[in-house]
Amino acid sequence: MSTFLQSRWAAPAGLAAGALLLLVSAPAALSVFNLALLGKFICFAIVAVGIGLAWGRGGMLTMGQGVFFGLGAYIMAMHLKLADASLFGGSGVPDFMSLYGSGEVPGWWEPFRSPVVTLAAVVLAPALVALLLGLAVFKRRVKGAYFAILSQALAAAFAVFLMGQQATTGGSNGLSGFRSFFGFDLKDPANKLMLYSVAAVVLLLALAATRQLMHSRFGELLVAVRDQEERVRFLGYDPATIKTLTYVIAAVMAGIAGALFVPIVGIISPADVGVIPSIAFLIGVAIGGRATLLGPVLGALGVAVAQTSLASTFPSFWVYFQGLLFVLVIGFMPGGLASLPQLVSRLKRRRIERGGKGSATAPATHAPEPAHPAPATAANVPEEASR
Amino acid sequence: MRVSVTKRSLIPLAAAIMATAVAGCGSQISDPAAANSTTSGASSCVDTSGSSVKVGFINSLSGTMAISENTVFDSLSLAAEEINASGGVMGKQLQVISEDGASEPTKFAERAGKLIQQDCTAAVFGGWTSSSRKAMLPVFEANDALLFYPVQYEGLEASKNIFYTGATTNQQIIPALDYLAEQGTKSIFLVGSDYVFPRTANKIIQAYAAAHGMEVLGEEYAPLGSTEFSTIVNKVRDSKADAVFNTLNGDSNVAFFRQYKSVGLTAESMPVVSVSIAEEEVPGVGLENVEGQLTAWDYYQTIDTPANKKFVAAFKTKFGAERVTSDPMEAAYTSLYLWKAMVEKAGSFDVDKVQAAADGVTFDAPEGTVTVSGENNHITKTPRIGKINSEGLIETVWSSPQAVEPDPFLASYEWAKELAK
Repeated sequence: MSTFLQSRWAAPAGLAAGALLLLVSAPAALSVFNLALLGKFICFAIVAVGIGLAWGRGGMLTMGQGVFFGLGAYIMAMHLKLADASLFGGSGVPDFMSLYGSGEVPGWWEPFRSPVVTLAAVVLAPALVALLLGLAVFKRRVKGAYFAILSQALAAAFAVFLMGQQATTGGSNGLSGFRSFFGFDLKDPANKLMLYSVAAVVLLLALAATRQLMHSRFGELLVAVRDQEERVRFLGYDPATIKTLTYVIAAVMAGIAGALFVPIVGIISPADVGVIPSIAFLIGVAIGGRATLLGPVLGALGVAVAQTSLASTFPSFWVYFQGLLFVLVIGFMPGGLASLPQLVSRLKRRRIERGGKGSATAPATHAPEPAHPAPATAANVPEEASR
Repeated sequence: MRVSVTKRSLIPLAAAIMATAVAGCGSQISDPAAANSTTSGASSCVDTSGSSVKVGFINSLSGTMAISENTVFDSLSLAAEEINASGGVMGKQLQVISEDGASEPTKFAERAGKLIQQDCTAAVFGGWTSSSRKAMLPVFEANDALLFYPVQYEGLEASKNIFYTGATTNQQIIPALDYLAEQGTKSIFLVGSDYVFPRTANKIIQAYAAAHGMEVLGEEYAPLGSTEFSTIVNKVRDSKADAVFNTLNGDSNVAFFRQYKSVGLTAESMPVVSVSIAEEEVPGVGLENVEGQLTAWDYYQTIDTPANKKFVAAFKTKFGAERVTSDPMEAAYTSLYLWKAMVEKAGSFDVDKVQAAADGVTFDAPEGTVTVSGENNHITKTPRIGKINSEGLIETVWSSPQAVEPDPFLASYEWAKELAK
């Protein structure tokens, strides 16, 4: 078993298993409504993969991923609104603009009439913003809490900006009521399944790409920058470039997730991109285990599922529960739930060393942890937030 | 070495997965006219075979709006309890399923979808902010389901899937302006929170003022939740306007009225007409800050009708003597009874039959008799201007002589022609 997990087939097999689960089992088992809900969670999970890379592997506590998520989402939403307006209204002007605005489409909306420009912008806009921010911040060697605060301030400013533009971004109402997606009818359950599948595939691709990155020379450098930035610099590498590139990758993942979120969920509003959702993205990642490949994904999915099922039953209780869970994980299990197996085996080993009981089965079950494909295990997660 | 091997084997696999996903596509919109006319692919799953029928309540039970929306949830619960005690709707007991909108539009849209598709409720009641309604509207239209929305709003909307039991602009804002004009007000100052309701309301007020020879001396907005009002209040004072029209929402009112008082402005020297302060909000804003100021609504707890006495007494018995009743609560209470009357008139829980039966349905509501207009799914209401008294309750100082027909697009007002194009 352990030899198989370490073999060259482990990753493709994992990917195939994930594909089978997400693309075959889930659609068969879930209702149309629940499948769309899972699609939404998958969008969050895609953001989480990026955060895992930037925060867990790169030590950059990105508290403003809502900005990139929002950029992707609003760009897609603008395109869908414009497409719907010319498809159904004939006038080409989205409904809310004639209600609250001048009744004319502002110039900066026009490029997003084109599907090609939209798809390109979904990737390029978050990348560009992250690139500029990354260069400005990391080149000046700003890090730790300062970077976290900066990224969070950006999310707050972005949400306030959107809210103030009632006539052009829908203000606090956001953009909603999409009826078609690149010509596909959004009411048709077959198209809902298609959208879900695209999101699931994007998640799997993001995971595959992240795994490759983690295993590459770049991935090793990233962890090195996280743990000993100065030493990496003395070795002749530029940590700022490595960090900026990672930040850009995380931003692009968030942007694509946002663009998928819009047709799946049917609405995007400032409440989905501000400070609170940006922090909510982090919670799942921290709980799952930020330095691992699958920890952020499973954490994000788990928190989303728990929130949806618990929040309906105990609306005000959930917020406290989530906060408590976050505190417990950060305080007692900085590696997240992914580090649970190691914690347990370390505890057991300690007990065995003390001459504990249950030593009969010890050698077999306590073989070195093979389950983590990542070279850096959760145990070496740094306390970067305080640095 | 291992890395490069895996890289090669992953890409074709990923490509294969992508291909399978995109292979399963559904219908494309080739003919927009046809797509426009189809009601929806979703068929109703409402189960009316048993002795009970499910209804959904959707309110923010957490988040910033919880303080207001919990009161609506309470009055909806009271109405459901009363209806069940008197035999239910068409002999079926109401089984309430409650969902939390968490003060987020996206959550409202998602939870509304759950109430319709998963829980198969016959009708849904709730929502407060305009953004929550705007978020739910496409969900109810796509699933061809019913929402009863109980809060006054900015108008310019009429969906066949939403029944609006709160006031539209010609049942709250325009009567308030009429009242001010009647009192000899020649100039006003507009203060509001920066979101869709105040912006739209002020657009209407500007048009009204222009047509009625009233001068608007200023229009100022503060971000939602803002508590810094010294600049705005100074501008208001310096304008020497006859009255202030206040569309601020929530906590901002506390800061605004405190500042207003501290610069020496009073209800006598420069009255403020508020459209978002009801009995429920008065203690929060501070009675000492707002006593004597004016409000514009269609219902006050002090209304002297048998239906209201019964409603207030029943509410206090269930939730405590210290609780008060307000306009949105009354509209929510009324909405459940209106749905009951529609269902009984239609003889069916089917959405299209209820819609067809809605026109002309009446209910002897606490605010007076209300009638549903089938034309725009709003209801007739009686606008009332009130003054906040020393107990924190609101006394009616002026009331429309008869119930006002809803006119969400202000089609019957010559001066409003430009607004609703």
